[in-house]
Amino acid sequence: MTDVQQTDLPDDVAALLGTRQYEQTGEFPVERGYIWTSCASVENGNPLYWDDDAAAAITDGPIAPPTMLSVWFRPHHWAPGRTKVALPLQVHFDLKERFELPEAVMTDNTIVFYEPVRPGDVISTAQVLQSVSAEKTTKIGTGRFWVIDVEYRNQRGELVGVESYTGYGYRKAES
Amino acid sequence: MSTGVEAGLTLDQVEAGQAVPPLSYDVTATTIVLGALASRDTRPMHHDYDFAVNRNGIRDIFMNTPNQAAWFERYLTDWTGPKGRLGRMKFRMKSSVFPGDTMVLAGTVQKVEVDDVGCGWAEAEVALTVGDKVCTECTARVAIPTGPDDNPWQRRGDDWRP
Repeated sequence: MTDVQQTDLPDDVAALLGTRQYEQTGEFPVERGYIWTSCASVENGNPLYWDDDAAAAITDGPIAPPTMLSVWFRPHHWAPGRTKVALPLQVHFDLKERFELPEAVMTDNTIVFYEPVRPGDVISTAQVLQSVSAEKTTKIGTGRFWVIDVEYRNQRGELVGVESYTGYGYRKAES
Repeated sequence: MSTGVEAGLTLDQVEAGQAVPPLSYDVTATTIVLGALASRDTRPMHHDYDFAVNRNGIRDIFMNTPNQAAWFERYLTDWTGPKGRLGRMKFRMKSSVFPGDTMVLAGTVQKVEVDDVGCGWAEAEVALTVGDKVCTECTARVAIPTGPDDNPWQRRGDDWRP
């Protein structure tokens, strides 16, 4: 992904590189129900999430597992008055549409963790497009790779994490 | 339940080349679907077999990225104990994890260091494999207490350099 943003990037896409987009605030405060559901899904018995005394001693009270970052800003699947389903990582879907690539997968994901996320926090995010590759053919099809950073902050503006996604939008190889 | 608080690795117990104890898990459709819902991910390839096969052209529903992150976190903190604090994780997804797979997470410590502000760190390479196939590679940087009185969770601002 180093040979990016060269010859064939349309101006409108090139203009988005490095721009903060889709600043949005989570639709609900961080809550322990999801923390327990997540821990249950991977059988995570870390006492920080199950034992309030341990959480008080080690993390000054309950926190969320750091890897749950993206959970807190995923939109509700439905909400009253909404005319279409809101998509997380909208920049990714914008690029699929812009380049007319019907399928997509995520290939790389880097997460850096800062301030712990706590029940009651409201997390805000912004998406920044970092790069878009030239068209490439892989075993699943032909398309482009792109890198999108998602920055997460709590209600006090403190950075809680930065997540960097590499997506691959593609057209299926003819079988 | 004070044992959970007392137990846990300190940095002097960790060295480069050391294996992180492996974890083996039999993945079912429930694993995949619960993991997707726990991460509020309702995209159909994580719960709808017909969509996965006929639309995405793959063999079954598959585990989503946030749930894989949660598995790697659980794997690492099982090893460190609750004072272990994740600083950074990088994943490369090479192949998907499907119902019926027995996935194995196994890791090796690559590097142990104390940074300029006195925080102890271990860097580990962890692979999630199914049979002979590596599905996901993860590089993780985890803060580990330098001694019984140290606690990486107390670090804030410039004292936390993940």
